[in-house]
Amino acid sequence: MQRSQAWTCRSPEDQEALRDAFETLLGHEARPERVRAVEPLGFDPALWKLLVGMDAVSMAVPAASGGGGLGLGDLGVLAELLGRRLAPVPLLEAQVASRLLARAGAEDVLGRVVGGDQLVTLALRPGVEGTARLVPAGAVADVVVALDGTELVAVEARPEDSAHPLQSLGSAPLADRDLRSGTIRVLAEGTEAACLLAGAVAEWKVLTAAALIGLGAEALDFAVAYVRERRQFGVPIGSFQVIQHRLADLASEIDGGRLLAQEAAWAADEHEHDAAALGAMAFAYAASTAQHAAAESLHFHGGYGFMLEYDIQLYFRRAKAWALVYDDPRREYQQVAELLWGPPEAP
Amino acid sequence: MDFRLGERSDEFRAEVAAFLDEHLTDEVIERVHATGTVHDWAFYRALAERGWLAAGWPEEYGGQGRDPFEMAAFAQEAARRHAPMDGLSTTMMVARTLLYVGTEEQKRAIVPRAVRGEILICLGYSEPDAGSDVAATKTRAARDGNEWVITGQKMFTTLAHESDYVFLLTRTNPDLPKHQGLTMFLVPLDSPGIEIHPVHTLGGERTNITFYNEVRVPDTARVGDIDGGWKAMTVALTFERSGGGGSETRRVLDQCVEWARTARQADGRRMLDDPVVRERLARVATDCEVGRLLGLRTAWIAHQGGLPGVEGSMAKLFASETFQRACSDLLDLLGPEGLRHHGEPDAPAGGWIEHAYRHAAVGTI
Repeated sequence: MQRSQAWTCRSPEDQEALRDAFETLLGHEARPERVRAVEPLGFDPALWKLLVGMDAVSMAVPAASGGGGLGLGDLGVLAELLGRRLAPVPLLEAQVASRLLARAGAEDVLGRVVGGDQLVTLALRPGVEGTARLVPAGAVADVVVALDGTELVAVEARPEDSAHPLQSLGSAPLADRDLRSGTIRVLAEGTEAACLLAGAVAEWKVLTAAALIGLGAEALDFAVAYVRERRQFGVPIGSFQVIQHRLADLASEIDGGRLLAQEAAWAADEHEHDAAALGAMAFAYAASTAQHAAAESLHFHGGYGFMLEYDIQLYFRRAKAWALVYDDPRREYQQVAELLWGPPEAP
Repeated sequence: MDFRLGERSDEFRAEVAAFLDEHLTDEVIERVHATGTVHDWAFYRALAERGWLAAGWPEEYGGQGRDPFEMAAFAQEAARRHAPMDGLSTTMMVARTLLYVGTEEQKRAIVPRAVRGEILICLGYSEPDAGSDVAATKTRAARDGNEWVITGQKMFTTLAHESDYVFLLTRTNPDLPKHQGLTMFLVPLDSPGIEIHPVHTLGGERTNITFYNEVRVPDTARVGDIDGGWKAMTVALTFERSGGGGSETRRVLDQCVEWARTARQADGRRMLDDPVVRERLARVATDCEVGRLLGLRTAWIAHQGGLPGVEGSMAKLFASETFQRACSDLLDLLGPEGLRHHGEPDAPAGGWIEHAYRHAAVGTI
């Protein structure tokens, strides 16, 4: 496979270089009008091609499998930028699924997906009777990694043959995918299969937490810009304490949520004992923070916030959808409790 | 930013924990609770003997040169164990301000005694008509030869009844704009003309209202320039943040988890096995972690030589607001039994959640 040498993150300066490069790219190529233009499908093939060309998928693959070997700490930097721009590309899913393919030793599939010939994604929940429902990027992926019964499978099929696309709140390319047609390759079975999927989902949650924080941070920036400019009663509405206090609360929540997402990524990279609990906390916290930021920002916009013409609605819808595609975020707190205090005892 | 405080800090935390095991006895805790005075001289002197009142200061001023991560661990342990630290924080804040803006005589006469735990200094900022608008202070200091004559009153002069000095914000020039006519004094509390009246609070703490009736102090009691009081007070405020973010919330969480491990519901099931209980506790644990990280960031910036102004305020704001939410939520969690005060034999979690619920309200004031 193609070897990714473009991105190393051995120092804070390397991470800055990564941030700068992708910030510039996304600033040009993921402007709100581009995000709108690809709705309702929510996939921008031109942006995807650019990102693959910049090794954005292969950077996530371990060096031993020929990838860039970046950890979640570095990938989180990029995920936050994607969230800020609502980039309509399934990069987090492709990165996480590629790492899983590497762990499962599926080098041939991996070679095709990191080079950009195929787009890979993963089903966050096990299939039911051969169908994985609401698969992220399911409407555009050539390969879906999913748990089907006791087997972890990589199903190769043209999306137009195997996907049932659907319209949804977050304008994401979700689809129900048939896991039993196309070329099916069994990656693992039994406990190993379940562990591989659980590990990938945990990584997805950490990166999605970072993306949600980016989304929330941008929604807050929208709010600050708007309340400085919008005048009512003869003064900018940002001069009202009722708005200032809420902005200060949001800024603290977002900074805190970012630190928590970064800590969860670091803990996963370092195999810290509390990595799983931190990941679950980061996901649940980022979900509520992003929704809070987007909802507050929308309301600071007054009636304009309710108009489709204003961009805050793009953020408001995705803040909810990006987390809910996995599950009710409140259930994450049950996971946190289990990791901190053990499973509940039977009555 | 590193997410762990590091080995030196862990070692210091262990030392602090062992110290608290020995000196923060039930007797101290009960005495503080009964009197509402969040200071205990025996405990304070024990801290001073270890050199910990100014542990974060450079050694040349009597400190131990401990870094912000060690100091964060110190603040976290103390808050987590409910140690009475009010006297330490005001005294050392003023002493540190003297190092920046005090005279050589003040540095010699006051600072070493503060570091050794011999004296306590309280803050005299707020007034009945000057709360968040503290620069509206009316307490008047008028020059009389080499002396100043001070007349007025201060609200919330917490620990005045235990203190040797009050760090007093006064108006010396009523004709200047309000921030410019202010001057700070370090006034001995045994000066003639001072009266201290107790004020009791919702959280059970005792504070005071203090009256100053033609109190005479020499010009050597002045801290900073004449009409330069706002600057001196702002210096003090930058020392106010500790990096202990979220530790009070951690304390009530620990108390409730311990309760939930043994308390049973009507059907015999442990409280800790109820999903409603688990979700609430997990949410509080998450807020604790976020609060810890915001505090850690403050320490990190200080460690790099920066001044964490906005970041310190965010950490404080977040910690105070989440502490209130946690106390409210955890008190509900205890059910009607949670209404019992500390001291009632059957009070769940020692009655401390009911107490914390009342106390937490002050955090955002």
